Amino acid sequence: MAAEQAEHVLTPTSYIQHHLTFMTQPVGNTPFWSVNVDSLVVSFVVGVIAFGFLYWVARGATAGVPNKRQAFVELTFDFINEQVKSIFHGDASFIAPLAATVFVWVLFMNAMDFLPVDIMAWIYHNVFGLTYFRSVPTADVNTTFALALSVWLLMIFFTIKVKGVGGFIHELFCAPFGGNPLLWIPNFLFNLIEYISKPLSHSLRLFGNMYAGEIIFLLLGMWASTGLVGTFFGTILSLGWAIFHILIVALQAFIFMMLTIVYLAMAHEGH
Amino acid sequence: MNITFTMIAQAISFALFIWFTASFVWPPLMRAVEQRQKKIADGLAAADKGQQELVLAQGRVEELINGAKSQSQELVANAQKRSDEMIEDAKVAAKAEGERQIAAARATIEQEIQQAREQLREQVSVLALAGAEQVLMREVDIAKHKDVLDKLGARL
Repeated sequence: MAAEQAEHVLTPTSYIQHHLTFMTQPVGNTPFWSVNVDSLVVSFVVGVIAFGFLYWVARGATAGVPNKRQAFVELTFDFINEQVKSIFHGDASFIAPLAATVFVWVLFMNAMDFLPVDIMAWIYHNVFGLTYFRSVPTADVNTTFALALSVWLLMIFFTIKVKGVGGFIHELFCAPFGGNPLLWIPNFLFNLIEYISKPLSHSLRLFGNMYAGEIIFLLLGMWASTGLVGTFFGTILSLGWAIFHILIVALQAFIFMMLTIVYLAMAHEGH
Repeated sequence: MNITFTMIAQAISFALFIWFTASFVWPPLMRAVEQRQKKIADGLAAADKGQQELVLAQGRVEELINGAKSQSQELVANAQKRSDEMIEDAKVAAKAEGERQIAAARATIEQEIQQAREQLREQVSVLALAGAEQVLMREVDIAKHKDVLDKLGARL
């Protein structure tokens, strides 16, 4: 990164800061009106690749003997379907594909973390001419909050759809402690905390895991640049962390999907 | 770490992908899976049914074989009986025929003996007459002595 070095001295702080800066494009006057182009583009591209692949498989799907590709996709979908059925007892014709979308998309966005950060930075810089570009959309709170809040809105939508507006309000004040008027306020406060904590924990869990994963790669990469010992241990530990990260990537996608199913299933259940 | 318009844009992408999956990916794949499951279930049911039918058919076959066996035994026994009867009948008939033929032969012989006797009698009476003529040296009137001669003939 000769061009960069010319601009400013490469210190650990500037190295990490560089890797953690989004490619931000303002679309309005206030700070809110700006978009992280990298998160948007990467998430959309991996989404198109993943769902395009699934669509391609689904289009050629046969009820006869499936080929390996179809069998693999069917295994995945069947696994998701089993999870949905075990938690949600009802018409899953929307929730099951929703869970599949969440799982596949989050998995692919998380999987962008497998790409080596510095090589990708070099490619973004020298091939695309981009100084700031982050590969992992789920290490952006905007992405995880977008997913979690969408699920949250769906949750409220289904609660009202199943129980009606009256049922929704009744549940806000009369659950979980009971319908006694003295308990209305505690019930409401309790539900308020629940409704706030659900999207927060849902999104921040995924974000924290992916962000921390990225930071550790950056720290190890920094260590690797400090000399022979640092290179040796930095490489070994990066390898170890990368292997462990395969588990985290899949696990976080799975947890995110399970929480989505659980929240939407809870919306369908009465108290 | 700012919440920006990115979030809304990502939510729109999310909605788009949900819609796409729920419309074009999930249903055809699940349909294929369900169809295959049904096919397999039908196949297993058909195999079970086939097995049951095989057992039934084996029972029927055994029954048929047993029936055929007893029938053939009966037939053989009947044939044996019938042939015995026929042989017996043939024996009886042959015996009767033989006896009848013997009787007929005997009757013929008797007749012939009778005839020969008749002839002999006539010839003897002629001879006797000739002898008497010779003895008497005269003609005997056959018409006159016919009753005598007939008496004689009858005694022979």
